[in-house]
Amino acid sequence: MQPSEPMIVFEGVEKRFGDHVVLSDLDMTVAPGEHVTLIGPSGSGKTTILRLLMCLEKVDAGTIRVGGRYLTHMEKNGGLVPADERYSREVRKRIGMVFQQFNLFPNMTVRRNLTEAPTRVLGLSKDEANARAEELLDLVGLGDKIDAHPTQLSGGQQQRVAIARALAMRPDVLLLDEVTSALDPELVAGVLSLLQDIGKSTDITILCVTHEMGFAQDFSHRVMMFDGGRIIEDAPPEELFGAPRHERTRTFLQAVSG
Amino acid sequence: MGWDWNYAIAILPEMLGALRVTIEITLLGSLVALVLGLVIAVVRRARIPVVDQLLWAFVEFVRSTPLLVQVFFLFFVLPRFGIVLGAFAVGVIALGVHYATYTSEVYRAGIDAVPRGQWEAAAALSLPQSRVWTGVILPQAVPRVLPALGNYVISMFKEVPLLLGIGVVEVVNKAKELSSETFRPIEPYTIAGLLFLALSLPASILVRRLERRRAAV
Repeated sequence: MQPSEPMIVFEGVEKRFGDHVVLSDLDMTVAPGEHVTLIGPSGSGKTTILRLLMCLEKVDAGTIRVGGRYLTHMEKNGGLVPADERYSREVRKRIGMVFQQFNLFPNMTVRRNLTEAPTRVLGLSKDEANARAEELLDLVGLGDKIDAHPTQLSGGQQQRVAIARALAMRPDVLLLDEVTSALDPELVAGVLSLLQDIGKSTDITILCVTHEMGFAQDFSHRVMMFDGGRIIEDAPPEELFGAPRHERTRTFLQAVSG
Repeated sequence: MGWDWNYAIAILPEMLGALRVTIEITLLGSLVALVLGLVIAVVRRARIPVVDQLLWAFVEFVRSTPLLVQVFFLFFVLPRFGIVLGAFAVGVIALGVHYATYTSEVYRAGIDAVPRGQWEAAAALSLPQSRVWTGVILPQAVPRVLPALGNYVISMFKEVPLLLGIGVVEVVNKAKELSSETFRPIEPYTIAGLLFLALSLPASILVRRLERRRAAV
């Protein structure tokens, strides 16, 4: 990958569910280390972007590149063909995701949640994976919970573990899908400030879908406003929140700030 | 014609020997049912065209025909095609395959009950498919359905007497033999019933306890 090359490139991406067009002819570029927040009304396509990057959905048209490699397609005989599962998994190793519902594995301890993929996918030794897990749990402030089961943790603690689990893969790209939406209000601030710290202390490219506008403003280098499957406004947070140019953005911001 | 304790005690060792055969067939048949059912459930989940339709047809066919017909088919018809199986082997295979079609549905329900987020989290970590099953999905799906699987094992145990139709000397067949030798049906059949009861009842209680523990979690 060239240093100047963008980390994520969407070109002409289209996604439909039946007749419903979720994303239409979407072009989007994210630079390495950039923090981009996607906002917009529900159903506007922002979560679909994350799911496409995670290969949880397939594009109907267009291409996605991550770190200079096609995610959706693979090169074969000089042309592009849709990627198979094995190829996608290879590119996807560089992308981590944190979910709204945490999705920790309840049948595993916190330790195994964090070491499972590094050992199985990255081929780390048990000791290496353990050391990494301990370090990350300290970072998220849960060093003492390493042998707990997820069900013994509060929502906020589970989400911290989920963040640590994603980071244990040392991803180039981190996707945050409404990570505080399922938390009790008093737990939100802690998780958000953890994400702020991670954003500041690493050079991971972060794509974030959130309804926390204050967080979006502090955290992002760029904010994209989605509506009807298109990006209708794309600007630095101070501009987009301070002086939104699009009428739709203004009404949306007014609505969410209540 | 009253109850003859001496006769009852005299035939008990033979009855217990037949019970042993019944238990062996139940355990081996259960092994087939539990393993094959799991394989069917996992393969069907992959929804591979043609394979999926074939498995569906197989499962429906086996479930919609009586076990006894399947037993007779394996024992009397297959030899016509050069496949000769002993009565014991037919018993294990017929019971195992028949119940595999039921256990596959039980496993399927268990697998479906694992939240979609678990699949997505496993995919997000790029875990290989084999590890997604063995590390994430099945350890959550199987414990949930253990009581249902246990109930099928108990049902299989009680279905073993069907195999008297092909001469397997299990408990009921033994009772039939003894009563036709001595013209005393009371003791053999009563003992046969009690032997089934003695094993089924504790097993059912165990399964129910398991169910309650699962419900409490």
